[in-house]
Amino acid sequence: MTTAILHPRLQEIVDDFAALPGKDRLQLLLEFSEELPALPGRYAEDPALLEPVPECQSPLFLAVEVGDDETVHLFFDAPPEAPTTRGFAGILHTGLDGLTADEVLATPAEFTGQLGLQDLVSPLRLRGMAAMLARIKRQIRDHRA
Amino acid sequence: MALPYDSAAKFQEYAHPEMIVSTEWVAAHLDDPSLVVAESDEDVLLYETGHIPGAVKLDWHTELNDPVTRDYVDGAGFARLMSEKGISRDTTLVLYGDRNNWWAAYALWVCSLFGHPDVRLMDGGRAKWVAEGRPVSTETPQRPRAEYPVVERDDKQIRAFREEVLAHLGKPLIDVRSPGEYTGELLHMPDYPQEGAVRGGHIPGARNVPWARASAEDATFRPRAELEAIYRDEAALRPGDEIVVYCRIGERSSHTWFVLQHLLGYPHVRNYDGSWTEWGNSVRVPISRGDTP
Repeated sequence: MTTAILHPRLQEIVDDFAALPGKDRLQLLLEFSEELPALPGRYAEDPALLEPVPECQSPLFLAVEVGDDETVHLFFDAPPEAPTTRGFAGILHTGLDGLTADEVLATPAEFTGQLGLQDLVSPLRLRGMAAMLARIKRQIRDHRA
Repeated sequence: MALPYDSAAKFQEYAHPEMIVSTEWVAAHLDDPSLVVAESDEDVLLYETGHIPGAVKLDWHTELNDPVTRDYVDGAGFARLMSEKGISRDTTLVLYGDRNNWWAAYALWVCSLFGHPDVRLMDGGRAKWVAEGRPVSTETPQRPRAEYPVVERDDKQIRAFREEVLAHLGKPLIDVRSPGEYTGELLHMPDYPQEGAVRGGHIPGARNVPWARASAEDATFRPRAELEAIYRDEAALRPGDEIVVYCRIGERSSHTWFVLQHLLGYPHVRNYDGSWTEWGNSVRVPISRGDTP
């Protein structure tokens, strides 16, 4: 089986998780949840601009912007009482925000399974992050169409 | 030695007041070595953001389930888990969690399968503790390891399997899912992932009482009179009825199981944890659609 090559920024996140023993990985996920930037005013004031991600266990909303130079910017909204969902969003924000559209589209779907979180978080919960990634890619494709 | 019960007047009206304690009671007994407080949440990271000082974490997904078979841990697995958490057979175990104690009630039901002698729920759960401005800590407590004995799980009293539910048809069933799931319009909870049922609807004869109706705005259980108005008057449950409750995978219905068995005192209440993900995929079992039982 061949594994698709990850963008160096995503690879760094995978390596950071892999370097930690089990329980510390949850702490790292918590850090990602704390680092998730707040929504900028234009989205906070008009939540209808955000796309809901019902596959997540707690409410999560996201928006994708693709600039004229093909740079992708990501925006997420999830409540503080849903730190796992916020952590997933934080990972995607840290890993993908500022990459080009092609780079984001090249992110393999199995990326979310490479963080070593299955046993700690459960595969069911991880589905939420896979769904976020799929929706981000779909929005970029829609933008191009 | 088991700790004293919470003598709060609201609890004395319930059938089994020994099963529930208030946030005040927990705050007053936190330093007692025979008490272990455990947080059980839907969100696996919530405990790490801050929890009741000294509370251990109990995760429903990763700790209470068998990792391979769709089942709970066995007697040896439960003994290992409890021992690691510093819980012994004579510990007073108080559970609390997010979302109206939904997952804490699930953990309590699993502990009850193993007959843990003294397990209680903290009324109002995490939300009430936080709303009252009580202290939270991010420190993981280092409890000394305990020796929990291997006790075989008893699946006969409070758990129902598919064949038993088939044999139960005609007797009271409570479907605690949302109205849309009950009628068959939705295959999963609103805003939640689809967990794979190929048919929508409910088990014939089941009445729909969404689980969260048993909770007040502040996440505490409604007083007994209000619960009776819902379950006795509306859902027509009679004293002594044998009752089966179910939802999608058996977690929301654990909450209703707790209400019926311990707060209202129905003596024969079983939780069908196979629930809709099993029934809605089973070949040739009867299904009703629409909003009548």
